[in-house]
Amino acid sequence: MKLLQRYLRNPAACFGLLVLLAVIAMAASAPLLFPADPLSLAGRPLQWPLKDPRFWLGTDQTGRDIAAQIFHGARVSLLIGFVATLIAVCIGILIGAFAGYYGGWADNLLMRLTEGFQTLPSFLLLLVLVSVFGSGIATVTLAIGAVSWPATARLTRAEFLTLRNRDFVHSCRSLGMRDLQIIFREILPNALPPVVVYASVVMALAILLESALAFLNLSDPNVASWGNLIGGGRGVLRSQWYVSAIPGIAILLTVLAVSLVGQGLNDALNPRLKRP
Amino acid sequence: MRVLLLALRRLATSLPSLLLILCGLFLLLQFAPGDTVDALVAEMGGADAAVIGQLRQFYGLDASTTVQLGRYLWRLVHLDLGYSAIYGKPVAAVILERLPVTLVLMGCAQVLAAVCGVALGVAAARRAGRWPDTLVSMLGLVFYATPSFWFGLMGIVVFAIHLGWLPPGGYLDVAAGYKGLERIADIAWHLVLPAVTLALIYLAIYLRIMRASMLEVLSLDFVRSARAKGLAEYAVLVRHVLRNALLPLLTLAGLQFGTMLGGSVVIESVFALPGLGRLAYDSVVQRDLNTLLGIVFISALLVIAINFMVDMLYALLDPRILHERKA
Amino acid sequence: MSGPLPFLLSIDALSVALPAGADRGLALNNVSLALAPGEVLCVVGESGSGKSMTAGAVLGLLPDGVRRSAGHILLEGRELTALSEAGLRRIRGARIGMIFQEPMTALNPLRTIGDQIGEVFRTHTRLGKAEIARKVLGLLDDVQIPQPHAAAGAYPHELSGGQRQRAMIAMALALEPSLLIADEPTTALDVTTQAQILRLIRELQRRKGTAVLFITHDFGVVAEIADRIAVMRQGEVVETGPAAEILARPRHPYTQALLAAVPALEPPAPRVVAGDTLLAIDGIGKTYRSGSWLGRGQRQVHALDQVCLTLPRGGALGIVGESGSGKSTLARCLAGLLDPDRGSLRLDDEDLLAGGAARRRRRARRIQMVFQDPFGSLNPRRRVGELVAQGPLIHGEHPLRARQRAAELFELVGLDPSALDRYPHEFSGGQRQRIGLARALALEPDVLVADEPVSALDVSVQAQVLALLDDLRSRTGLSLILITHDLRVAAQVCDRVAVMKDGRVVEQADTAALFGSPRHPYTQALLAAVPGRQAAGLARAAGVSPAAAEPDWAQAGL
Repeated sequence: MKLLQRYLRNPAACFGLLVLLAVIAMAASAPLLFPADPLSLAGRPLQWPLKDPRFWLGTDQTGRDIAAQIFHGARVSLLIGFVATLIAVCIGILIGAFAGYYGGWADNLLMRLTEGFQTLPSFLLLLVLVSVFGSGIATVTLAIGAVSWPATARLTRAEFLTLRNRDFVHSCRSLGMRDLQIIFREILPNALPPVVVYASVVMALAILLESALAFLNLSDPNVASWGNLIGGGRGVLRSQWYVSAIPGIAILLTVLAVSLVGQGLNDALNPRLKRP
Repeated sequence: MRVLLLALRRLATSLPSLLLILCGLFLLLQFAPGDTVDALVAEMGGADAAVIGQLRQFYGLDASTTVQLGRYLWRLVHLDLGYSAIYGKPVAAVILERLPVTLVLMGCAQVLAAVCGVALGVAAARRAGRWPDTLVSMLGLVFYATPSFWFGLMGIVVFAIHLGWLPPGGYLDVAAGYKGLERIADIAWHLVLPAVTLALIYLAIYLRIMRASMLEVLSLDFVRSARAKGLAEYAVLVRHVLRNALLPLLTLAGLQFGTMLGGSVVIESVFALPGLGRLAYDSVVQRDLNTLLGIVFISALLVIAINFMVDMLYALLDPRILHERKA
Repeated sequence: MSGPLPFLLSIDALSVALPAGADRGLALNNVSLALAPGEVLCVVGESGSGKSMTAGAVLGLLPDGVRRSAGHILLEGRELTALSEAGLRRIRGARIGMIFQEPMTALNPLRTIGDQIGEVFRTHTRLGKAEIARKVLGLLDDVQIPQPHAAAGAYPHELSGGQRQRAMIAMALALEPSLLIADEPTTALDVTTQAQILRLIRELQRRKGTAVLFITHDFGVVAEIADRIAVMRQGEVVETGPAAEILARPRHPYTQALLAAVPALEPPAPRVVAGDTLLAIDGIGKTYRSGSWLGRGQRQVHALDQVCLTLPRGGALGIVGESGSGKSTLARCLAGLLDPDRGSLRLDDEDLLAGGAARRRRRARRIQMVFQDPFGSLNPRRRVGELVAQGPLIHGEHPLRARQRAAELFELVGLDPSALDRYPHEFSGGQRQRIGLARALALEPDVLVADEPVSALDVSVQAQVLALLDDLRSRTGLSLILITHDLRVAAQVCDRVAVMKDGRVVEQADTAALFGSPRHPYTQALLAAVPGRQAAGLARAAGVSPAAAEPDWAQAGL
């Protein structure tokens, strides 16, 4: 449809989409290409990439296959990123919709809550959550979702505040429609596009947050995460810097791709805002 | 004077949120699987039940949750953040030791990010749609996507290990014992890499926002009026567009302060800087939850203080704000 | 060049091309206009006619991607198209002044009025600060701004709309340019303010001998101020000539259609209304309090104060007022979107304000509303058939029956029933208003409240929608409350008119009585301020009367 056409006309957005699809392909093919546990010993430690045909990305300081960890790490990053984003966006939409539509004391209360969350640096809050509830992958995902919702809530609220005063909402009320129906069936479909676009930003941040946690060894140690790799490679930074460099490039490309796709969506949805 | 009142009013509304969150945090920590005493006991290598009970009583951890919450809030009001069992000092003292380093680091990073971000954003907006714009925007996106800790590590590899231009970590050369201006220069040299690393993602954000803000202001009617008066493009940009476009950025800078505090945790760990962020990390690892809570509280206070100043600045720069309250 | 130049501004065969992908290739096609020194030329056209683009082309300020593709523009004998950007800049502000439509957005909100007017001097002259300050005060005095000294130090949001426009005029005339371009300068203003600004422009123009290129869509304004008229349509000049001649004897069918569509100020023959009172509005009041509990100085705004009106069954009541008069608040109270603080609303002796939410939702069917903004009043993500059927569906109608009803209603309002599955953006503004009407009628209400139903539409479409309203009234026996700021619109459709100011009803009477002999001074001022009271009269004298001949829309290309 027209949206897809407009999207595909943007070269940067196409590049982002391609890279993202490549990462998804990596994640999907990981159990096929590297059926063994990526965190298991595979060979001699600290081999450079392309030295041994079996380990075309080399091995890390404990002898694990870097390529296997990269591929499996893609699954972790995408999964955590996606689920955490979903959680954050759902919470954000609910809070923002009710605050924006009803206004008054409900808005006040919900906005005080949102502001409170935003006053605390999200990474610190993440640290607190992890130290209380542990580092399992499910906990980490929930925690990231729990610290990422305020921005979505603000955005949704802003959209609802504008749309609430549009005449089509007035006419729904004068026709006798109930509030919940108006919120979810009339206003929300119109408020969603900017929120969906912003979801890409949330996902990018979620992936970065998770990798930062893993780097600090505060994430699930039993999961092959890119951040873990980078953290582990710190000790051998002087000579075998590739152990830290390669997963970092993977993170960069993934987050870049997600951001480009989000921007491409934004430009495709608002054609008149495109650069003149 | 009106400006001060306005900012105070905004401040008053943010205090309830802080209270809400602090209570929430405290209650959250009750779920923690271990507390300060457990950590202490682990360090001591084990103790019998009687000693544990006495320790609990000493630290007031045997009272009911409500009582503890009440005491906790009461102490917070007095800015008494409790006692750090691990460091053996009041939490406030520990935090105060580490605070200056973090503030200096964040200050440098913010200035760097703001100046470069604004300059690049303006440059990109002026040639919107053409290749300089695409280049700058791409650069911004790449900066945004780069994990800060990875960039820091790569920076160390290139500039410290291979080129030897900058130190690989630390805040200053303790052994050298510099004083005065030399000391400042030494600190500055040590902070180059950390500040640039920390500033990276915020540079990207400011760049994007500034560019969007400029483009939006450029499409407003009064820019057309200014051109119709015969002003040169440069004059239009500087005297009409820039100030209007900078306003949204100001609010944003205030909001980003909090996020930057979180970012400093990672950067301080990478570069071994003795700051607040590193303290937070250590507290998590050592299960010193008192200190962690204290850090969160101080951060929240800092963010509120910064936002207060930003509000005042904004009201001073935008005459419409005061008018809205008056009307 | 010898002898005095006949024309100050001469636009010769100007064509302006739009970027690829626009709805037409040329924004302006072979446009030729001429303006003599000291003359007022009005360029009239509806939206999309290219009139604003002409102004932009003269100044050399076209939007990105739009460029002049052919033709010449001569100002005082100088070829503007041959000038460099620097040369054009020297002319802008100094030889040509420009006033824009929206005074709020046309001034930089962060700088004072005095600063922005002084900027013209700072850019083009080498006068000192004190001298500039003096000149600014003199200019503000010229444009009759109250308290010029305070105004010079004020920010744009601290002044009213009319005062801001005066400031813009001062800014445009600062260096005594020989040409003033005014792009719809009064469209965004109240009727009374509009009259004042028009008078000001005319007076300044005569005093300083400035030629004015006045762009507008309102023929009433044209009749007030024009020496010569040029009518534009779709980027082409359709007719030009002296004002008196064009207004009295328009030759091109499009001009004739436009003139015929201007609502006349003379009320139609009074319709016999037999009805008893259907809707009784008694003592309605609504007060807004601003200022939070933390701040001092709480202000009370009486949006509505002791409003008493009656609507006879089958009748049409017009409520006329300017912005801030409370008419929109009243409309919302009637439609159940706002609750009044005091007073009562009785429909057929049933108290509309009593009872809980559920009962009021059921009663809501009896009064329905049509909204002003044809673009905002329809949910862009729903098909129009669904939108019209929504009302009956909510109240328990069977889906198939609801859809059938929607098709019937479409026919009633003059739309093709096969268009039920299209989305709102596929319709024009006038068609969307018809859809809004269909939706309001779907619940078979007793009273239809129309809140400025035609102010966002072009003149030609306005006439059609008003005619439709009239038609529906006679066919379905609907009672109508029409809310508008335009007296001419009220005159067309309503039997009775009430005039509101500052939340109060200052006068109400039968239309003919109100227009013939208004009693309240505000009503008199409103009537006097309507631009071009003579215009409609002129058109009628020429035999182009709104009621007599149905204009040939097809030939006029509408």
